[in-house]
Amino acid sequence: MTDLVTAVLANPASLKTLDAPGWDELVRQARQADLLARIAALASDPSIALTPPAGVQGHLDAERVLMDAQRIGIRREVSYIERALAPLDIPVILLKGAAYLLADLPAASGRHFSDIDILIPREALPATESALMLAGWMGTHNNEYDQHYYRIWMHELPPMQHMHRQTVLDVHHAILPLTARLRPDSRYLLANSVPIQGSATLRTLCPVDMVLHSMTHLFCNEEFSHGLRDLSDLDLLLRHFGQQPEFWAELPVRAVLLQLGRPLFYGLHYTRNRLGTPVPDDVFAAIKRQHAPPASLLGIIDALWARALTTPHPGCDDAWSPLARSALFLRAHWMRMPPRLLLRHLVHKLVTPKPRKKSQPEDPDR
Amino acid sequence: MGPLAMHILSGENAVAEGIARQYAHHVVLPEDMFCDFHVEVRRPSSLRRWWRPQAHFLFDGLSLFNPLPADQAFPLLEWGLNWCISSHCHQYLIIHAAVVALEDRALILPAPPGSGKSTLCAGLVQRGWRLLSDELAIIEPATCNLVAVPRPISLKNASIDVIREFSPDAVLNPPVYETIKGTVTHMRPPATSVRDSDRRAHPAWIVLPRFEAGSPTTMTPITKAEGLMMLAENAFNYSVHDRSGFIALSRLVSHTSCFRFQYSRLEEAIELFGNLAKTGA
Repeated sequence: MTDLVTAVLANPASLKTLDAPGWDELVRQARQADLLARIAALASDPSIALTPPAGVQGHLDAERVLMDAQRIGIRREVSYIERALAPLDIPVILLKGAAYLLADLPAASGRHFSDIDILIPREALPATESALMLAGWMGTHNNEYDQHYYRIWMHELPPMQHMHRQTVLDVHHAILPLTARLRPDSRYLLANSVPIQGSATLRTLCPVDMVLHSMTHLFCNEEFSHGLRDLSDLDLLLRHFGQQPEFWAELPVRAVLLQLGRPLFYGLHYTRNRLGTPVPDDVFAAIKRQHAPPASLLGIIDALWARALTTPHPGCDDAWSPLARSALFLRAHWMRMPPRLLLRHLVHKLVTPKPRKKSQPEDPDR
Repeated sequence: MGPLAMHILSGENAVAEGIARQYAHHVVLPEDMFCDFHVEVRRPSSLRRWWRPQAHFLFDGLSLFNPLPADQAFPLLEWGLNWCISSHCHQYLIIHAAVVALEDRALILPAPPGSGKSTLCAGLVQRGWRLLSDELAIIEPATCNLVAVPRPISLKNASIDVIREFSPDAVLNPPVYETIKGTVTHMRPPATSVRDSDRRAHPAWIVLPRFEAGSPTTMTPITKAEGLMMLAENAFNYSVHDRSGFIALSRLVSHTSCFRFQYSRLEEAIELFGNLAKTGA
């Protein structure tokens, strides 16, 4: 199989050239990449004037129904979080999906939402956790090791789950672990955050910070099932914010301040290469000069990311894909923790049993 | 099957034989079509291939569930296909219910397991009602019409012999023992139900069945509000449809008469439903 999802994201008009077997492959690939909703959003663009073959429209409609429900659900959930934290009088910064949605950004279109991520000042962490618990969110990962892992090393509390609604909330005080090599200072992020219209406490990161966070999340993460989805989010953010001329001037300056020059280079390099994202040539050349790894290393990194950013469908993998993902998994951990800590963590993960799958298909006789 | 095309791959004999028998009336589609779901039932690559063999259900190459003993391969396929539909086809409102129809007027039997819903459904189908589905009521929200996806009717434990006795010409698979639901088998849907699967049916009755050994056959009217709650409680994706789901179910219920139904003798039950259809109540 060729990677049709990447091809369609880079050039939505190519949807018109697909025949029935082409759609068959696209729907399968997009579903596994968690991008079928985005394909559905692209397909409904009137400028494409698409009439997909019989059977396909149902799947696109199903994605839209699911997406609408998730949007309503996320807005509702955000309003509960806002209410629970209002008495604290702290800035509550929405991150990733919830931020795109509440700020009405194109990156929210055709995006599934699962957890909500918020960023708050580190000193407000204890009060925030208590306020959320009073409002029904409970801590998870209650064993000693996980508690230590999150509270001492990571940049977030153990995920909190609401006892009735089962929704999951990640409370961050930084965008990278405390143990990571790169240490973007959260005080800068908080200082430049922008209010969400109609809310006294809810905010988002400012455009350049939002883009840098999206890049950091993608290129410092150890898990790649959403790699292409995250790259597509980044592409949509860049296409949107990139229309303001000051954006391209601020981006490299801000990246240096936040120690995120390397993720910035990767972000621009791969969105340009894989999705044709417009980036001014002089801006990219300057960032490449300052932040790219040496050419020999970049060759290897390119070979790895090319595989991790391909549609995660068995048909799109080549013989090197599993190795590439393992290498990037190790790299991500290498970036997250100093060597001794990393060794200790990997040994712990190796000897602790993994959670099991569902026992059988959730058939109607639940 | 109705609006859906399935791409099924398996090296298991039980699956091949099960499909040959149970889907005998279905159409085999050409290779170059769009297929809604690609599934596979196959042995794991581990030792369990040979030693107490198991079968995996794969959804487009992904193994999402624990494997089952290999002799359960056909029921595994059927449960897997139910899962495919109920967790993806959100363009429809999907309710855990059997649906049969007479002259395109649909009888919806929403019910938890053990209610005798599949037995009743199999009995009605053997007496001329058209099968839409024995597990999934698939509703078009815009029209409230029911979509037919006629597939094998699943029968469990005592109901297998009930149907054999009630209708000796029913085509059943060899029973599979010691599954999570006990002994299970499947009954082939009639050729006419498969042939008419492009026809939608209009909601006419909602009946909540309950099998109770030795009980008389009784049909008790309930309010439409109760009928709506029955559907909502048994829905797979009610929350996904949010407000429009409530509106669609309210409209659907307004076209129906709603009952609670208790039975122990299948013959009597089927006769009563025949009368219900005749009086048009």
